[in-house]
Amino acid sequence: MAKTAVQEFTKGLWAEIPPFRLVLGLCPVLAVTKTVENGIGMGVATTFVLICSNILISLLRNVIPKKVRIACFIVVIATFVTVVELVMQAFAYPLFLKLGIFIPLIVVNCIVLGRAEAFAAKNGVVASFADGLGIGVGFTLSLTALAIVREILGNGTFYDIPVFGPSFEPFSFMVQAPGAFVCLGLMLCIMNMLGKK
Amino acid sequence: MREMLKLFIAVVVFSCLSGGVLAAIQNVTKERIEYQQLKFVKGPTIKNIMEGASNDPLIDRLRIVDESKEMHLFIGEFEGKRNTVAFETFGKGFGGAMGVIVGVNLENDEIIGVGVTTHSETPGVGSKAKTDPDFTAQFKGLSILDPFKVKTDGGQIDALSGATISSRGVCGAVVEAGEIYKRLKPTIIEKMKEKKG
Repeated sequence: MAKTAVQEFTKGLWAEIPPFRLVLGLCPVLAVTKTVENGIGMGVATTFVLICSNILISLLRNVIPKKVRIACFIVVIATFVTVVELVMQAFAYPLFLKLGIFIPLIVVNCIVLGRAEAFAAKNGVVASFADGLGIGVGFTLSLTALAIVREILGNGTFYDIPVFGPSFEPFSFMVQAPGAFVCLGLMLCIMNMLGKK
Repeated sequence: MREMLKLFIAVVVFSCLSGGVLAAIQNVTKERIEYQQLKFVKGPTIKNIMEGASNDPLIDRLRIVDESKEMHLFIGEFEGKRNTVAFETFGKGFGGAMGVIVGVNLENDEIIGVGVTTHSETPGVGSKAKTDPDFTAQFKGLSILDPFKVKTDGGQIDALSGATISSRGVCGAVVEAGEIYKRLKPTIIEKMKEKKG
């Protein structure tokens, strides 16, 4: 409990970076990382939900009865996800068209509920905010990293800008589902090798 | 029993609050979402038809209820005269319903342009109804009150090669547009006057 807010933030970036260390929330990780734009969009949406739900749940942690806490958490999270969905439709419609059904699915992303249950329900507002921000940024970075590899190899582009010459034959396996698993596995492997030292 | 009641109240209060917040946000974003949907789904086609209009037909629109169905009519202003409307109808194509937007000049009932919006026709064959400007250009300048048919059915429209059914679908949608236009013309003119004043 003696940890500072800064520590709560930085742990999300490496020690507990969500898809690689916690290996949680893999559904969006695998599904939306076909392009960098989608990866970042999904990451930012999830970060917003995480921060808001962490703050609110931390504020209400003494009001929510223990026995129905999960139901209450889900209501809070679902509310913020719907807010994101509406705002995205209103201000970033093309992105909404691409991410489509994955936005409502943030509700069941176990990272969000996991942080609410494991952290926000037991800690103060500032620490919860830092935790949400850290995990959210970590999640966004992971999605982006995965998306960069997949988009460059699978499509030959980076943020829709071609990086190879016209003679490049896209390695389309990378943008399909199996490619996502292989790519995630390799990245996990690299992370573990680096972490061992 | 008392505890049960407490849990019950907690969940009910939570749900009600969340419902209220969402309703408020939906209210605020509704108009913008509707506009975004129009802009990205029908927008390009309407812009194409209304080329050279001095207003934005997507903003300048009327809502008219026709046989209990709500219709959006987009108004185009040409050379200072608000004399054109465009609206969407549906025809039966090869792969299901095809959305077709028809632009009509209110003064002489002439079609100023036709464009396909949503369809599920065979890519490269029936999908040409949307991408081949020569096909839809055939409608230009004809009276909307004409009966449109493809040439194989004894009409005046050259069907797309290999896509007679898709071509029929577009013709059907334009014929339907003619019927709607006949029914609604007085209402349209009246509403446009109202809007101006």
